[in-house]
Amino acid sequence: MKNQSAARLRLNSRLTGWMFIIFAVIMICAFYFYPMIQALILSFKTGTGANMHFNGVDNYKRLFTDKVFLTALKNTCIFLIIQVPIMILLSIFISVLLNDSKLKFKGFFRTAIFLPSVTSLVAYSVVFKYMFGTDGLVNLALTKLHLISAPIQWITDPFWAKITIIIAITWRWTGYNMIFYLSGLQNIDHSIYEAARIDGASAFRQFRSITIPLLKPIILFTSITSTIGTLQLFDEVMNITQGGPGNATLSISQYIYNLSFKYTPNFGYAATVSYTIVILIVLLSIIQFKVAGDRK
Amino acid sequence: MTKFKRFWMYAFLTAAAIISIFPFLWIVISATNLSKDVSNGRLLPGSQLITNLHHLTQQINLGQALWNSARIAVITTVLALLIASLAGYGFEVYRSKTKDIVFNILLLSMMIPFASLMVPLYRMFADFSKTVPFFGVDTVSSVILPTFTTAFLIFFFRQSSKMFPKELLEAGRIDGLSELGLFFRIYMPTMKTTYAAGAIITFMSSWNNYLWPLVVLQSPEKRTIPLLISNLGSSYSPDYGMIMAAIVISTLPTALVFFLMQKHFVAGMTGSVK
Repeated sequence: MKNQSAARLRLNSRLTGWMFIIFAVIMICAFYFYPMIQALILSFKTGTGANMHFNGVDNYKRLFTDKVFLTALKNTCIFLIIQVPIMILLSIFISVLLNDSKLKFKGFFRTAIFLPSVTSLVAYSVVFKYMFGTDGLVNLALTKLHLISAPIQWITDPFWAKITIIIAITWRWTGYNMIFYLSGLQNIDHSIYEAARIDGASAFRQFRSITIPLLKPIILFTSITSTIGTLQLFDEVMNITQGGPGNATLSISQYIYNLSFKYTPNFGYAATVSYTIVILIVLLSIIQFKVAGDRK
Repeated sequence: MTKFKRFWMYAFLTAAAIISIFPFLWIVISATNLSKDVSNGRLLPGSQLITNLHHLTQQINLGQALWNSARIAVITTVLALLIASLAGYGFEVYRSKTKDIVFNILLLSMMIPFASLMVPLYRMFADFSKTVPFFGVDTVSSVILPTFTTAFLIFFFRQSSKMFPKELLEAGRIDGLSELGLFFRIYMPTMKTTYAAGAIITFMSSWNNYLWPLVVLQSPEKRTIPLLISNLGSSYSPDYGMIMAAIVISTLPTALVFFLMQKHFVAGMTGSVK
């Protein structure tokens, strides 16, 4: 008797548990997993509107000869390889400085550096576009300081346009990542550093042998989220350079947008292009997990 | 630490702070100057704010866009907090092996890029347009529905629930509260800081969301703030003063939310990152 009622109680509690999570499960399935399957099916189809039909792997073959896609892929990889490491290092460095117990105005520095993360991507992109315009504030300042003789074509030169995008993203996201490192650093026991200091470890040595290993889970977390973010880059390029000049800053997301909603809609091929981002994210995440996991 | 090192430390942090703040100052200052002064690099506050605001109200319907954005952001935040906290609580308090597997599967959705969801979602809502009223393309629900449930927020609530004292639940059960009652009467009030941090994150990302509204909202009168700003920014001969005024106004709500709840935000974030 007693066993039976206990079993019923357990079953009851298990069912109650599912009741709490069922809405979330349904929503995630309906708006993430189901569309993902739809996109996969779509990626093997061609045509417009209701006249979609299967065309095998033709869409995937087209990727390798599509110059615009290859440019977008190359641009996205450049942003990723240059911007993510710079930003991660910068945010670790700043958070280590801010974690110094004797630092004054800590709250001010923290709030100021976090402030860019409050802005909307569109608003700051528009502001950066104006600041980095040929007659913009940045060129004006650099000319006044006699650092440059002719204005830099921040937006209209293929090379400088990429630099502008990288500067913009770094400005926007460094403070955001810093918060994660700060909270990670607060969990590190100060006595570890004291012990290291007594053993005569230099500041750099302490950083390399204590801070970095202890922050590893957070480094992994921020580098994966930043990688995913950069692979999906859209708002900045759309509003600062519009992918120009001549596709020099076109990102994969923007190409998908163009394929589906700007040119004659080609949903099938757009879905194929979108799957390359999925594959890249999965691959890069596995690599990052492997790299971080190895040294544990 | 040597004085020399200390000097460089402050110099570096000051430079970082100035670089971070400067664009904000510039927007606010430029909102008070005429377009030609802005492009000449004037960095002093002017007296043209009213003129710029006047141009703004004449040329675009900022109020409408603010209302559209606010409505979407508030509904999204309320729904997101409710669904994600229920789930985070459920996963942690009623923990089981099967639920952990389901949880890990849900987490996978964080890896799905929005760019690959955009096309199928658009087609889905285009189908709704023909069948279900108020749910098709170009409606408020089409903006809210696919964005309010995020694995990130569920994860966030689950992580924070780890610090929730479970003895409180036992006490509540003895007092005769139902399981749902425990959640609403005990869990929710105890986890205020987590809700505050979750609200900031969700409100901001909804207010600032650009790509999905750009895809799904078509009529100009339904445009949200980011669509409007983007549109202004791409004009061929921009009125800088007016655009900066628009940006200031559109950034105020998120800045306010952030400053009012900053303490909770840092506390909430710290609780979740472990």
